[in-house]
Amino acid sequence: MLDLAYTTPKPKVISGAQEDWELVIGMEIHAQVASNAKLFSGASTTFGAEPNANVSFVDAAMPGMLPVINEYCVAQAVRTGLALNAEIHLFSAFDRKNYFYPDLPQGYQISQLYHPIVGEGEVLVDMAPGIARLVRIERIHLEQDAGKSIHDMDPSMSFVDLNRTGVALMEIVSRPDIRGPEEAAAYVVKLRQILRYLGTCDGNMQNGNLRADVNVSVCRIGQYEKFAATGDFSHLGTRCEIKNMNSMRFIQQAIDYEARRQIALLEDGGTVLQETRLYDPDRGETRSMRSKEEAQDYRYFPCPDLLPLEIEQAWVDDIKASLPELPDAKKARFVLHYGMTEYDAAVLTAETENAAFFEAVAEGRDGKQAANWVINELFGRLNKQGLGIAESPVSAAQLGGVLDLIASDAISGKIAKDLFEILWTEGGNPAEIVEARGMRQVTDTGAIEAAVDEIIAANPAQVEKARANPKLAGWFVGQVIKATGGKANPAAVNALVAQKLGL
Amino acid sequence: MSIDIDTAHRVAKLARIAVDEADLPALAQELSGILGFMEQLNEVDVTGVEPMTSVTPMRLKRRADVVTDGNIQAQILSNAPDAREGFFAVPKVVE
Repeated sequence: MLDLAYTTPKPKVISGAQEDWELVIGMEIHAQVASNAKLFSGASTTFGAEPNANVSFVDAAMPGMLPVINEYCVAQAVRTGLALNAEIHLFSAFDRKNYFYPDLPQGYQISQLYHPIVGEGEVLVDMAPGIARLVRIERIHLEQDAGKSIHDMDPSMSFVDLNRTGVALMEIVSRPDIRGPEEAAAYVVKLRQILRYLGTCDGNMQNGNLRADVNVSVCRIGQYEKFAATGDFSHLGTRCEIKNMNSMRFIQQAIDYEARRQIALLEDGGTVLQETRLYDPDRGETRSMRSKEEAQDYRYFPCPDLLPLEIEQAWVDDIKASLPELPDAKKARFVLHYGMTEYDAAVLTAETENAAFFEAVAEGRDGKQAANWVINELFGRLNKQGLGIAESPVSAAQLGGVLDLIASDAISGKIAKDLFEILWTEGGNPAEIVEARGMRQVTDTGAIEAAVDEIIAANPAQVEKARANPKLAGWFVGQVIKATGGKANPAAVNALVAQKLGL
Repeated sequence: MSIDIDTAHRVAKLARIAVDEADLPALAQELSGILGFMEQLNEVDVTGVEPMTSVTPMRLKRRADVVTDGNIQAQILSNAPDAREGFFAVPKVVE
């Protein structure tokens, strides 16, 4: 695999009233596994169904029903682990996490506390070209999602929909290696990108298919290095966990608020209590979830309904062999193979569909030019109209045709933009449009020469000025191009104007 | 290991079982008795014995990723004390 060199970013420092503080952040990402059926039942995972339509007796926890594991969900977790360079545990097991809530009919969540399926891995979090932080992954385990409670449909009742109950989640747990709000958001962006490349989670945060719990603590300058050297958490501050966030912006705002809250508390001589908090985006603040305080005792024990999950190395190897090219490798290849900047490569590889589109345009053509056109013209236009690459009115073949016409000097860069506009609004074959509408640029020196002569003859005063100050020759070039309807080749016009004016 | 009255109270609360204050001492004693009986098992030397998870040598059964169930909303809701518009309706719980 190709690697790009990077340096590590500086941790975010927040100045309190008395001194400077650093942030230490660890994250738990809940990613809904992309699958047809639930983790332990044959009910559908489709979003937006009628309430309680995607529910089987297993999901509703009817007495006597037994869970049977969906093997594809296991494969998806393994695939994710492999992409994060993680250790895959051939032996894992399921435990019950016990708590009461109306949207949890079993009274427990089946999870993997003691023997997760995936062990230690890592994610390279890109902050800017050449700047990245390697965040270590502690573990990934499989677990069931809970249902959904709706509190605003009736003044005295809560309404419960179990469609989501039992859908497979991967909980991806990081080490406390994230050092600022921007890094936390960038970490989610990168994980989401990898999951989407893999097809193991669609990353739809709006639908709650990717949610983050964020553990935040603050420490004085120098304390983190002591922790890093010893692994001793006592060098760090007490952490608070902010639950269930599904927006990059809120994650950053919540961390920033929470860090400042803790700093103010500490500088005031107070202590931070380890607790679970919720972020309220309307007020821009975090608040304690009182209900969680007493009930933190989940009384985990091995799930007696499920045997340990034992998988074979050969099966893992097969999954490994089927992994796609991942974002880091693709980005490095784009930089090295096409000679583009890391920034452009990052833009083009953000989504695997975008990268595939670019590669189809660049195939057999100038890579840098293809990158410019895809990023500036196509993506610019798509973003403006809020379209995805799949909805692009201009196909890769059409855009490639435009580049071919530029490369063969049939059209100038300026005409190419007009041509792109026609393709966008009307469609068609680029070469045919150029011929049919007479857009081909004039490279015939005779025709250009005639136009130059004509302009020179008609403007004697300008000719005097240009002879005295050759910089003014540009005016003639502009006039000639205008006279030919923009079709004259600018390089040929430049040369002829200079020659005729005797410059 | 023995269960004191506070622990018995806490376990009951976590399990959402209502227990009268007056019944707690007897309950604590009963639970301690059970744990004490189980502790006898610690006397067995299990050095070198792999923890057993099942009495039958079986591999965990798997299912394929195919939708085979669901779309039984009426049956799912049929035992609910209250259901409205396809939802279970429960006394308000607000975080």
